[in-house]
Amino acid sequence: MKFFHLIWSNLKRKKLRTSLTLLSIVVAFILFGFLSAIQQALVGGVKMAGADRLVVRHKVSIIQMLPESYKARMDRIPGVDYATHETWFGGIYQDPKNFFMQAPVVPEELLKMYPEVVLPPAQSNAWLQTRTGAIVGRKSAERFGWKIGDKVPIQSTIWAQQDGNRTWDFDIVGIFDGKNKNTDTTPLFFRYDYFDEARQDAKGEVGWYIIRIKDPAQAAEVAKRVDEEFENSSAETKAEPEGAFIQGWASQIGNIVFIVAAILSAVFFTILLVTGNTMAQAVRERTGELGVLKAIGFTNVQIVSFVLAESCLLTVLGGALGLGLAWLMISRGDPTSGLLPLFSFPTRDLLTGFGISVALGFVTGIFPALQAMRLRVADALRRM
Amino acid sequence: MAGLINWFSQIASITKFGLMSIPQRRGAVAATVIGIAGVVAVLVGVLSIAAGFKQAMSVSGSPDGAIVLRSGADSEMVSGLGREETRVIADAPGVARNDQGPLASAELFVIINLPKRTTGTDANVPLRGVELAALQVRDHMKIIRGRMFDWGRDEVIVGDGAAQEFAGLEVGSKIKVGRYEWPVVGMFSANGGAAESEIWSDAKVLQAAYNRGDSFQSVSVRLNSPAAFEAFKDSLTSNPQLSVKVSRQSDYYAEQSEVITRLITTLGFLIAFLMAVGAVFGALNTMYSAVAARSREIATLRALGFGGGAVVVSLMLESLLLALVGGVIGGGLAYLAFNNFHTSTMNWQSFSQITFAFRVTPELLARGVVWAAVIGLIGGLFPAIRAARLPIAAALREL
Repeated sequence: MKFFHLIWSNLKRKKLRTSLTLLSIVVAFILFGFLSAIQQALVGGVKMAGADRLVVRHKVSIIQMLPESYKARMDRIPGVDYATHETWFGGIYQDPKNFFMQAPVVPEELLKMYPEVVLPPAQSNAWLQTRTGAIVGRKSAERFGWKIGDKVPIQSTIWAQQDGNRTWDFDIVGIFDGKNKNTDTTPLFFRYDYFDEARQDAKGEVGWYIIRIKDPAQAAEVAKRVDEEFENSSAETKAEPEGAFIQGWASQIGNIVFIVAAILSAVFFTILLVTGNTMAQAVRERTGELGVLKAIGFTNVQIVSFVLAESCLLTVLGGALGLGLAWLMISRGDPTSGLLPLFSFPTRDLLTGFGISVALGFVTGIFPALQAMRLRVADALRRM
Repeated sequence: MAGLINWFSQIASITKFGLMSIPQRRGAVAATVIGIAGVVAVLVGVLSIAAGFKQAMSVSGSPDGAIVLRSGADSEMVSGLGREETRVIADAPGVARNDQGPLASAELFVIINLPKRTTGTDANVPLRGVELAALQVRDHMKIIRGRMFDWGRDEVIVGDGAAQEFAGLEVGSKIKVGRYEWPVVGMFSANGGAAESEIWSDAKVLQAAYNRGDSFQSVSVRLNSPAAFEAFKDSLTSNPQLSVKVSRQSDYYAEQSEVITRLITTLGFLIAFLMAVGAVFGALNTMYSAVAARSREIATLRALGFGGGAVVVSLMLESLLLALVGGVIGGGLAYLAFNNFHTSTMNWQSFSQITFAFRVTPELLARGVVWAAVIGLIGGLFPAIRAARLPIAAALREL
């Protein structure tokens, strides 16, 4: 540590060059942060999927409905703890651009199924007592400025009420939070009994089922049993683990992981060039001084560590600044207004980013460092 | 006049001098050129996705085509119309006719799960049930392999894009819809339009398979002329029997592509902008070190009577040239890597897959080169000013 001052002074020698290099590193890591957040938004749901949950949909496609009566039959299948259902409501609040999910559900079952949905007991009691009651996630509540007690009109693109009216009024009785930051807190859930009685068509039909299984290790077997139970009926099913279901949706969007990886490698390759070049220049300019250091007894190891420490200091500083700025920008929320509800910076990627910044410093510093080590004192001094 | 020529010849000789010294600083120069190439490649690549998607949507709409949905529906998927309503719509004023009747096709639009070829995972492939006039109400529809399905028979034809993206859609194979198995008898193209992502069958066959009774989801019509649209729309919206939403085909498809295009362009520009900022720093670095390495030469030139302005212009020219080389390389890379790259994505409005090809258009390439030029100019400006302001005496003394 006593040589920190020396390393720092070396970086300050060409302030302009150092700051420009630093800034390009900062930019690279801001990008890294953004791309992680985008990826998290698109495939992050897979990671938070419950290993003990299955999703069951109609075999032909998700838009075909399943009978509500399947619940009782599912509950009796060996290995199934219990089942509940959701239905796509396709609602619009004020403007079609305000995209968020709404679904009619059975309140007790939903809250039991998703322990990550955190709702104060008083609010969940209120929900059980209010037929037109709905609970909404914190993110959407903040976005639309909804408070408990508000009556919100939502226009469904799919469901009409008995009188043909497509605008449904819900009383907000609760606002839920996520247990961790990966929980999607944009949906609005309302009561299925109210929905089923009021809707015009498809009474007694639901969109898809979620099943809690007793033993996650048995997921594949239970899924098979569920599909066999409804084989050759008018509505055959396809059951799969929740993670596979979400993964399936993500891969429908396209090969996101590949695109993100391609962009990141392009960026880091560029930064590698810029930083590597700066370090090489810095060492070249200092040949004479390094010769003096060697002449007065600094060892090769020390010389190598000076150069490496300098490049790592530069990249780690840039990396920390970039990741910090990215974190600040990302915590301001989804830039696409509602399309990416899970837009956030995963801690794991934050740590990966930090690791990459150290690695970047090492890779860009190692060649100039070796070059400095191989300097012969006499040659170096002669060049002064 | 002579002064101007002299000035230009000064610029030319300093620029030549600078360019000749490039081999000595090839590391820094390569870093800049590759950095800018990276920015342009990413910018053009990302925007080509949006351009391709937009293209697929815009060729789908014909100027004299219109589509009618239930009012309040934002896509065919959630719309619903009864047999009576579709008859009223087909007989509305403005709808073109041929000897078989009005050019109107009442259609069903559902999705069916088929595995994607690239990943093997299930995808929501659109399945459309159509009526006789379907081929006439759309532009560019052409059977390219096999034959059209027979009306009333359990047969389907598949779009070119769908056959490329999803497994099991070759002519001669069979698709399984619930308990039914339907042979694929033909393949069609639609000039790259959205219909190419779809599977088509007779609407009656699909109604039976999906228990839809005698109901439909949309009616597509061809009008007598693009100008006939307003009268057509007014007659339907003022009809008390109906509660429908009438759109031109082109507007409908533009609306359908809006979410995806917005997502891609917002994120694409954000990424490209950040990368451009990074590249500006890289270019600044290169040019500053170029100036530093040549401060003595520049001072000598100034002492010989070369003007400060000429120094600035020539350094900026050098930087611009490097940036343009980077821009062209980046554009070329993007063209080779992305143009006509076939893929499919989810169309959020209808939850169904749409296949399309990335398009690296000349406008996108031009935009990439403009970005490169701007990066080069900014990267050259400040170092050039510094070079011109170098105190001559001090710089010479360093000799």
